[in-house]
Amino acid sequence: MAARATASAAAAAAVRPAPDGDVLVLVGTTKGAFLLWSDAERRSWRVDGPHFKGHSVYSLAYDGRGGRQRIFAGTRSFHWGSVLRTSDDFGRSWSAPDRQNVRFPEGAGLALTQIWQIAPGPASTPDVLYCGVEPAALFESRDAGETWSVVQGLLDHEHRTRWQPGGGGLGLHTIVLDPTDPRRMLIAISSGGVYRTDDGGKSWRARNAGVRAEFMPNKYPEFGQCVHKVVHHPARPGRLFLQNHWGLYRSDDWGDTWHDVANGVPSDFGFAMQMHPHDPDTVYIVPIESDEFRCVPEAKLRVYRTRDAGASWHPLADGLPQHDAYETVLRDALAADALEPAGVYFGTRSGKLYASADEGERWSEVANGLPSITCVKTAVVRS
Amino acid sequence: MITVEVPGALEAYASARTIVLDAPCATVGEALHALGARCPGVLDRVLDERGTLRPHVNVFVGEENARFGGGLGAAVRDGCTITILPAVSGG
Repeated sequence: MAARATASAAAAAAVRPAPDGDVLVLVGTTKGAFLLWSDAERRSWRVDGPHFKGHSVYSLAYDGRGGRQRIFAGTRSFHWGSVLRTSDDFGRSWSAPDRQNVRFPEGAGLALTQIWQIAPGPASTPDVLYCGVEPAALFESRDAGETWSVVQGLLDHEHRTRWQPGGGGLGLHTIVLDPTDPRRMLIAISSGGVYRTDDGGKSWRARNAGVRAEFMPNKYPEFGQCVHKVVHHPARPGRLFLQNHWGLYRSDDWGDTWHDVANGVPSDFGFAMQMHPHDPDTVYIVPIESDEFRCVPEAKLRVYRTRDAGASWHPLADGLPQHDAYETVLRDALAADALEPAGVYFGTRSGKLYASADEGERWSEVANGLPSITCVKTAVVRS
Repeated sequence: MITVEVPGALEAYASARTIVLDAPCATVGEALHALGARCPGVLDRVLDERGTLRPHVNVFVGEENARFGGGLGAAVRDGCTITILPAVSGG
C-alpha cells in the first residue's frame, strides 16, 4: 500500500465508534461509497460520503479480526480500472495503491474488470481474506489484504471456457466459507453456477444438482446456472439457501443436492438474499417480478422472510412503499447486523436505503437520493 | 526526447503533469513503458495486466489518436508529445 489519500472533509469528521458499539453500514453505489453510523438503538443515522467520488463500488467489507478495524473497498474507475483500497481509520484516509493490487498473473490472458466480493476468512486465520472478481476468479490474501494471488485451481477449471456472462458480467460474486473446515469453500458465478472445493482450492466440483437454468435447452445442466446469491449460517454451515435467476432453493448437504423452497413468494426471481445473524432458520429475500421487468412485483416494495428454513415465506412491508415502487434490490444490497434484535438493511437501484431495527417488522427510509446502490454491508464496531 | 502529458486524474501517481522521456522510443508502447519505469501507477491505469490499452483511455501522438494509427505500435518520433486522456465515455 504505497500511499494514503486524504478523504473528504465530511469523512474527516466521521463519527468515532462508541465504547459499547456503534453500527456501521457500508453502502456501495455506482458513484462512490457511503458510511452510515448509528448507535445500538439505530434510530438516527449519520451519512458520511461519498468516498471515491465517481468510482463504482460493488464490494465492501469490514474486517475486525486480528486487532484490525479495517474497511475494504473494491473501487472501479470507468477509465482507469479497478483496485482494492483499505481504511484503518473509518474512512478518514484510504490506501491508494500505486499498482492494481488484485491482478491476474502474466500469461492468464485475463484482465480484472471488477471486484465483486470481499470475504474475510475464518476467525482462526485472521490474516486470510478472499475476493471474487470479474472475469470469474477467486483471489486469496494471506497477509491481511496487502498482497493477493489468484486461486489457480479455479482459474484452471475445465469449465471456464463455457461459463457465460450474466447481465452484470461474468462475475464470481459469492464466497461461502466453512467455519468448521478451512479446506471447504463454496463460490457462485453468474453464469457458471455453484462450485465447491473440499481441498483448500486445489480442485472444484460443480454443485448445481436440482438448480434450474431457464435459459438453457437442458434445464438442469451440470453447470451454467445463473446463481445470484448463496447464504448459510455459521452454526449450521452445511445448510445453504440459494437465490437463483428464477428459483429459490435449499441444500442440506453442502450443495450436493438442491430442492425448491419457493413457498409463498410472489416470484421466485430475485437477486438479494441475507441470512439472519442468530437464527439458522431465518432468511430474507426481496422477490423481483421477472428477469424482463426487474422491479418488485405489483410495484410493492416487500422483503420476504422465512423463519422455518424455507417452508414458508411472509412479506415484511410496514414502512415500505406499497404503490408505484418500481424498485430493484441487487444481489449484495441486503444485509443484517449482529445486534439483538438484528437490524436489517437494503438499498435500491434508485438510491434509497431502508433500515429495520427489529428484524424486519418495521422499516424506515434512512437515505434517499444516493446514487444507484450496489452493495450494503454492516459491522458492529467497538472502540 | 519525448514529452508525455499526464491527465489530472493520474497526477497522484506521477511526479508531474508533464514527464520528459530521454530514452529513445520508436512506438507508443515503448514510450508508455518508459513512462511506467518512472511512474508505474500511471502505466497501470493506462494498460491492463495483459498490456492492453484500457478501452476508455485514449493516447494521442500530437493530435492523432494512437488507437487509429497502430495502437501501441503506433510510431513516435523524437520531439513529439504524447497526451493521455480519459475518453468521453462514462457511466
